[in-house]
Amino acid sequence: MRGDAVFPAVTFLAALAIIALMLLIVYQMTIVALPSLERFGAGFLTGTTWDAVTEEFGALPAIFGTIVTSLLALLIAVPLSIGAAIFLTELAPSPVGNVVSFLVELLAAIPSVVYGIWGLFVLVPLVRDPLQRVLGDYLGFLPLFQGPRFGVGVLSAGIILAIMILPLVTATTRDIIRMVPSTQKEAMLALGATKWETIWRAVLPYGRSGIVGAIILGLGRALGETMAVTMVIGNAFKISPSLFAPGQTMASQIASEFAEATSDLYISALIEIGLVLLGISLLVNIMARLLVWRATRGVGGRLKT
Amino acid sequence: MSTYATRKATNWIMLGLCGLCAITATVALIAILSYTIAKGAPAINLQFLTSLPQPVGETGGGISNAILGTLLLVGLACVIGIPVGLLAGIYLSEFGGHRFGSVVRFTADVLFGVPSIVIGMFVYALVVIRMGSFSALSGGIALAFIMMPIIARTAEESLRLVPTTIREAGLALGIPLWRTILSIVLPGALTGVVTGIMLGMARVAGETAPLLFTAFGNRLGFQGLDNPVAALPLQIYRYAISPYSDWQSQAWGAALVLIALVLITSVVVRILTRKRR
Amino acid sequence: MTNTRKRIFIGILLLPLLAAILVAFACSSGSPSGTLPGVTTSGQTTTPSGARINLTGAGATFPYPLYSKMFSEYSKISNVDVNYQSIGSGGGIRQITEKTVDFGASDGIMTDAQSAAAPAKLLHIPMTSGAVAVVYNLPGLSTGLKLTADILADIYLKKLTKWNDSRITALNPGVNIPANDIAVVHRSDGSGTTFIFTNYLSKVSQEWKDKVGNATSVKWPGDIGGQGNEGVAGQVKQIAGAIGYVELAYATQNNIPFASLKNKSGNFVAPSIEATTATAQGVELPDDMKVMLTDSANPAAYPISGFTWILAYQVQTDQVKGKALVDLLWWSIHDGQKYGPPLLYASLSADAVKKTEALIKSITYQGQPLLDR
Repeated sequence: MRGDAVFPAVTFLAALAIIALMLLIVYQMTIVALPSLERFGAGFLTGTTWDAVTEEFGALPAIFGTIVTSLLALLIAVPLSIGAAIFLTELAPSPVGNVVSFLVELLAAIPSVVYGIWGLFVLVPLVRDPLQRVLGDYLGFLPLFQGPRFGVGVLSAGIILAIMILPLVTATTRDIIRMVPSTQKEAMLALGATKWETIWRAVLPYGRSGIVGAIILGLGRALGETMAVTMVIGNAFKISPSLFAPGQTMASQIASEFAEATSDLYISALIEIGLVLLGISLLVNIMARLLVWRATRGVGGRLKT
Repeated sequence: MSTYATRKATNWIMLGLCGLCAITATVALIAILSYTIAKGAPAINLQFLTSLPQPVGETGGGISNAILGTLLLVGLACVIGIPVGLLAGIYLSEFGGHRFGSVVRFTADVLFGVPSIVIGMFVYALVVIRMGSFSALSGGIALAFIMMPIIARTAEESLRLVPTTIREAGLALGIPLWRTILSIVLPGALTGVVTGIMLGMARVAGETAPLLFTAFGNRLGFQGLDNPVAALPLQIYRYAISPYSDWQSQAWGAALVLIALVLITSVVVRILTRKRR
Repeated sequence: MTNTRKRIFIGILLLPLLAAILVAFACSSGSPSGTLPGVTTSGQTTTPSGARINLTGAGATFPYPLYSKMFSEYSKISNVDVNYQSIGSGGGIRQITEKTVDFGASDGIMTDAQSAAAPAKLLHIPMTSGAVAVVYNLPGLSTGLKLTADILADIYLKKLTKWNDSRITALNPGVNIPANDIAVVHRSDGSGTTFIFTNYLSKVSQEWKDKVGNATSVKWPGDIGGQGNEGVAGQVKQIAGAIGYVELAYATQNNIPFASLKNKSGNFVAPSIEATTATAQGVELPDDMKVMLTDSANPAAYPISGFTWILAYQVQTDQVKGKALVDLLWWSIHDGQKYGPPLLYASLSADAVKKTEALIKSITYQGQPLLDR
């Protein structure tokens, strides 16, 4: 009988450990970031100087780089993912769908560093020529596509991130679309709509909040992605309007500087970047979870009107 | 108003585009896999898998330090991560029906979304500085933290699939609740639980960022848990960014080994989950 | 019932058990037993006996090719295994300050603030000196580029952005320089190579000194960051039009072309052992060996060279490791020096060795010198 008292307590402790861990992460990071927090205050988020000599640290270029690469990744990956998810759920004959599903899920299992090495040796040369050549020659009047064409830079980082979040967004969107009750589709088809119209007007709107959740989930992954980005982004601390320019993300900056930072304030500033990154990803993940949860919790087939 | 013909054309075009999207996604995978195999396979031989790295700039040598290191780190992560993750999963499914349960559930999901580099910094501050040394142990702890929420949530999901009647049957036979859970419910959900564990293992085996400031790397092989240790992803990173062409081809070889480890695990997971359905 | 019990047992314990086996496996087969495959030491069978001692060091990537060779040779004749991670000099300073490693390594001198941050006195033990080569990647140009200090500073200040700029072409008559954009590659991590390089630029360019300065990591006006000497060399090798600065061994081992620089006496000198050795000639070495050798007045000197140091606490807190460390250092500045020249590092001069010996002898454990010579 004593087991019945002990066992739930033990499992409770394990569950508590998860919450404690989360709190400990926030606490520990805040403690170490304190000198930087006190020294720079809110100016840390808007400062554009990162100078270890004068000990002046501002994180804006890293924040900017993180946002630009992540948005670029979404811009590329979201249409592809939704298209692929529609194909998997609505169009593909079951065996084909299974195979493609399987492949896409494998894509999700490939480690980040492998994307990095592939990006460095295969993608970057391709981005330099033809991609940057074509974009620069034909759209060079836009500030986005100006500047020297080195291959490494924000554009390459955005593309590699897109490939990396593709499986996650596809798989989640697929699950969301599967949840759309068939009655919705049948009703639409019965009205004489084509298959595309059914998807566009009934399926996607029905799953809208879930799909948005899937996209934000992808965003969360892109924001924190480190190794592949570090290997292709060029690690230069500056804000440039051009996608060709080398840049820096919060994660890549930590990866290349954290073990090497020499002064306490420098370390503290890097930890504060980590804290900002943590804050942003927590926010994004919480949003995504709420949206996806709500969408997939509603039991499929039951009318929600 | 669109005519029937244009509507029909739109239909085919858009559906075609969807197909194209799926093809693109598949092609991306095949491009990465095939390239890694093409570049990595020539680098792999017995010596590559079983010997230690050579001094910088000398050709030859292998990645045995990294392979063993990765196995060790994943092993350590399991030793720490599985008990906590599993117990938390049991709590969530068996006792976590109320408010605290959803807080834990939510925290686990959020923890899962914490960037792994942040975990690395955290463990550096928490363990490495206090121990006064980069170490295999700190690497294992970092990976365990990443693994825990995955295991907890998948364990919870699969435990929930076990019907309540089974629990009631156990209790009706006079078996205490804890024995019922451990001896009847858990075995029923075993496939799902193991799947979650393997998913976690596959995920952490490929992690690089949290190891940069913890396991640190070691070209000499294993020297004890309180010493730095190599890991496949770490070595791939260091070799890939180097200018040495011999190291670069070794990086591809190591990448292929790592992919093989991870994908085999994932495929096994797929087969396990398919059986369940 | 027993069957079910068995299944649970397997279910719960299988993986940790597996892990434990792996750990055991790693322990048993992972320890390096002095014989590295592929290396045959003919005749010599001084198999080290007794327990092996592990030293962990981290820091400079500049001397990494040399250190990994030296330490690997040393492990064959002693019972000491050295795990050296080339994370950058900034990392070396930081990690020895945090005491997460047994020794640090740097090619920059620690600043007063950095020394003050360390819990105890750190010695700078010079191991070798080397040259920082200015490497480039220009299609069709594999040798013979000449640069001056002004041009180099302006390239790194991003004031000069095209390779076929008239200032570069005027200096290199008859050399066919393509019209590529200059991709300026710098170190993204804290680096002693950067320290030497920016030390030189600060000496020769007032603008550089004012705008950027001299440190292990600075505020780069340049384009692309690479991690470690490895990363910079890797980026330069990949990008047409790139310029970077790496230790000479990285350039020669990877066939990356490097420029000749105009030194203080007005001669164009390419980096080499002789040109590096010349740097230290005629320089009065201080007893603590903390001296920068850049922009030497010697006519045969290559202007961007310097010592690289191992950072060790003067007062050691672990007798076994401390002893192993001083023996390693002693061996490195004597027998170990012969591994330098093949990798294009210049051996320490007799004067430098003498002063360094005194430094090593001053390392103590509980008030007693650790070196028994």
